[in-house]
Amino acid sequence: MDKKKITESTQFLTFKLGDEIFALEISTVREVLEFTTVTRVPQTPKDMQGVINLRGHVVPVIDMRLKFGMSEAEKTVNTCVIITEVTIDEEITLLGAMVDSVQEVMELEPDQIEPPPRIGTLLNTEFIQGMGKRDDQFIIILNVNRIFSTEELAIAKDSQDLAEAVDSAV
Amino acid sequence: MKEEMERGLQNFKEEAREHLAALENTLLELEESPDDSELIDSAFRSMHTLKGLSSMFGFDVIASFTHQIETVYERVRLKEIEVTKELIASTLSAHDQIRTMLESQDEGEGADKDVTDKILEAFKHMIPEHQSSSSETEFPPSSGEPEFSLATEPESPRGEKNTYRIRIFPNAEIFVNGIDPIPLLNELREFGKCQVIAQTKFLPGLEEIDPEKCYTYWDVILTTEQDSNAIRDVFIFVENDCELNIETIELDEDHLNEGSTQKRLGKILIERGDIKAEDLDQILASQQPLGKILENAGLVNPGQIQAALAEQEHAKEVQEQRQSAEPVSSIRVTSEKLDTLIDLVGELVTIQARLSQFSTNKNDPDLISIAEEVESLTSELRDNTISVRMLALGTTFNKFRRLVRDLSKELGKEVVMTTEGAETDLDKSVIEQLNDPLVHIVRNCIDHGIEQPEDRIAAGKPRKGTIHLSATHLGASVLIRIRDDGGGLNSESIRTKALERGIIAQDEKLSEKEIFQLVFSSGFSTAKNVTNVSGRGVGLDVVKRAIDALRGSVDITSKPGEGTEITLKLPLTLAIIEGLLVKISSEKYIIPLSIVRECVELTREDVAQTHGRHVANVRGTIVPYVLLREQFEIKGEPPDIEQVVVVEINHQNTGIVVDGVIGEHQTVIKPLGRLYKNVDGISGATILGDGSVALILDVNQLLSTVEIEELRMVS
Repeated sequence: MDKKKITESTQFLTFKLGDEIFALEISTVREVLEFTTVTRVPQTPKDMQGVINLRGHVVPVIDMRLKFGMSEAEKTVNTCVIITEVTIDEEITLLGAMVDSVQEVMELEPDQIEPPPRIGTLLNTEFIQGMGKRDDQFIIILNVNRIFSTEELAIAKDSQDLAEAVDSAV
Repeated sequence: MKEEMERGLQNFKEEAREHLAALENTLLELEESPDDSELIDSAFRSMHTLKGLSSMFGFDVIASFTHQIETVYERVRLKEIEVTKELIASTLSAHDQIRTMLESQDEGEGADKDVTDKILEAFKHMIPEHQSSSSETEFPPSSGEPEFSLATEPESPRGEKNTYRIRIFPNAEIFVNGIDPIPLLNELREFGKCQVIAQTKFLPGLEEIDPEKCYTYWDVILTTEQDSNAIRDVFIFVENDCELNIETIELDEDHLNEGSTQKRLGKILIERGDIKAEDLDQILASQQPLGKILENAGLVNPGQIQAALAEQEHAKEVQEQRQSAEPVSSIRVTSEKLDTLIDLVGELVTIQARLSQFSTNKNDPDLISIAEEVESLTSELRDNTISVRMLALGTTFNKFRRLVRDLSKELGKEVVMTTEGAETDLDKSVIEQLNDPLVHIVRNCIDHGIEQPEDRIAAGKPRKGTIHLSATHLGASVLIRIRDDGGGLNSESIRTKALERGIIAQDEKLSEKEIFQLVFSSGFSTAKNVTNVSGRGVGLDVVKRAIDALRGSVDITSKPGEGTEITLKLPLTLAIIEGLLVKISSEKYIIPLSIVRECVELTREDVAQTHGRHVANVRGTIVPYVLLREQFEIKGEPPDIEQVVVVEINHQNTGIVVDGVIGEHQTVIKPLGRLYKNVDGISGATILGDGSVALILDVNQLLSTVEIEELRMVS
């Protein structure tokens, strides 16, 4: 899945952040929820919105706008949380991705998808699986596994910094 | 007691099997990359643990065998011996042999001695002095040896019971030889359902009795999982003094009816219409039991009849038992299943809370009564489910009695073990992972801590050393202390040793506490001699790793001449806890109720009086507090009257300031998942009655974080 090229026609769920259209491979999407209250977890990076209750499971939610360096936006009726299945270290975890609005499920043929450009997307190219093209519009196809595994690293690093601080303080 | 030991033995075998499997894997990996010192260490550790476990359960053959191989690996570790294909092959066959020993019925004694010797011989050749001759040595292949016959011997599979007819016919002279057959019979009784009938056929009249002669013989009917060899073993020492006859009784349908052939005949006659059922009954009623007839005819004596009848009865009962239900004493369930069960119960508790709230609001008496019933059922279900996962530490503690006893004997020391808090419950998975570290600590205490009796008396201490194991709950943790009254740690010699081993640098300045911590570092050992017990520096290294893996901590304190105390602090991974629900703005948090002492108000005036320092006056005592709102950077203004939740951590009271206290809450702990696993001060989450998520505070961690931050600010 990671760097694999898309070779057959695949379904994607598209969503919007600002004016841009992004897509996730449908097989990684479990469901789409309306945005409800999120319980914030203190001392975590800002893009980590917090956790929600998904039928008895506590699922972390990440604000995709902040994750991609965009400004924070007002929550609207269109704000959604896409529940995705992410594989981190061969373990499947549920993660919620908060987006401005969910668009549609669409199919793309392999020839409609191009490899991610090295520059120009203002995004970490690691996060991009490919660029879809339809009706003159670009769709950025995201690689969920990459996106969220960096999230874990961010926190781990924080606590490591703290540990170092402890060492120097004592 | 017998049952407990049996369970202990089963546990040991399970564990030993796991260690063997790990060893095998490591060896196979090692074959691929022979230079990997991590792998060598790992193999070494597996053997070390295996050795410890086996000696604890009296499998001395395994312990000594493993010890000898371990000695070879010690040299491998020191790079005196290279990891060769031969070494791996020999180790693998050693591994197989240990497995054979483990699975044999008699604590490893029955394993083929020749194979053992052959393997050890092979190892001897690998030690450098013998290097020259090693090239020609044929190493036994790792598997498929016919010698490993014990494992494949057709023994009755576990759980399947056989019934035996045993006749013990002692020689008349048996008493003279100093043998009392009664304990042997009692031993048989412990094997399973057992009936013993004493036969007195040869008992002479009173005048002729010689009290030193044995006139009795016994017929025993025994249903057991053990095979006939095990039964024979009971009588192993009296083999020459008695006749032993063991027969297996087939307990099938046909056999049951065998004793009543006349009935079958009767049945046949009825079926053929030759006689009427009533007539047959009449005839049968008038008929004397077979036993009576035989007895009257003088063919048998009453004792023999009794034995035969007992056998019949026994067979019937066993058969009935088998038919009614397979006797099940315990079931092994994977912990995932238990986790799922706990999850489901947790959700049920949440839903039930909603139902109760809803029914109260509706004020419908019928609905309320249903809700109440659901509530009581749910709480019972919850308690039961939790108790399934919880085990008292007592069983774990008990495992160590044997170890302490055997080990102290071996080392010529006198040690008693005392325990405290054996009833402390801990999650099963934690207990399971706790065993290894505890073995190592206790072994270290006996080996290095407790002195020889003479030395103790010279030092003015009681002759017997004491090892004290204790467990207590402390907040959301369990503290396990292992204390000995031995010689204590010598910080100077630890330092010297650490320097020698290159663990610390020459000019490194360390506090006493830090020096003590060094004993947990890899490759450290202060023992002068390598013994069978410990002293290769693997022990405490293993402890540290295992406790770290449990997210616990190890602490060591010691006073020279007075003893050492090792404290393990383990998180109590309960699935459901009692919590205190508090709020700050719209955020809700759970504080484990077990550490909450009281709640007091904090007014603006109170704050003003302390000049902005974070201390509150609780009935004359100064209690420092933490502003959770500031700590967690929660937006909004605090209300005029805040609440201080006073918690007790490490015998110290600290306040946690929140906006308000909502009340007690049955808290089902949900993991926060991978992304949030490193967040400080939060140990998990729970779902409230309204479906929202509240975070559970890890108060201990929270306070130490605050402490560190303040330290940083001051310096």
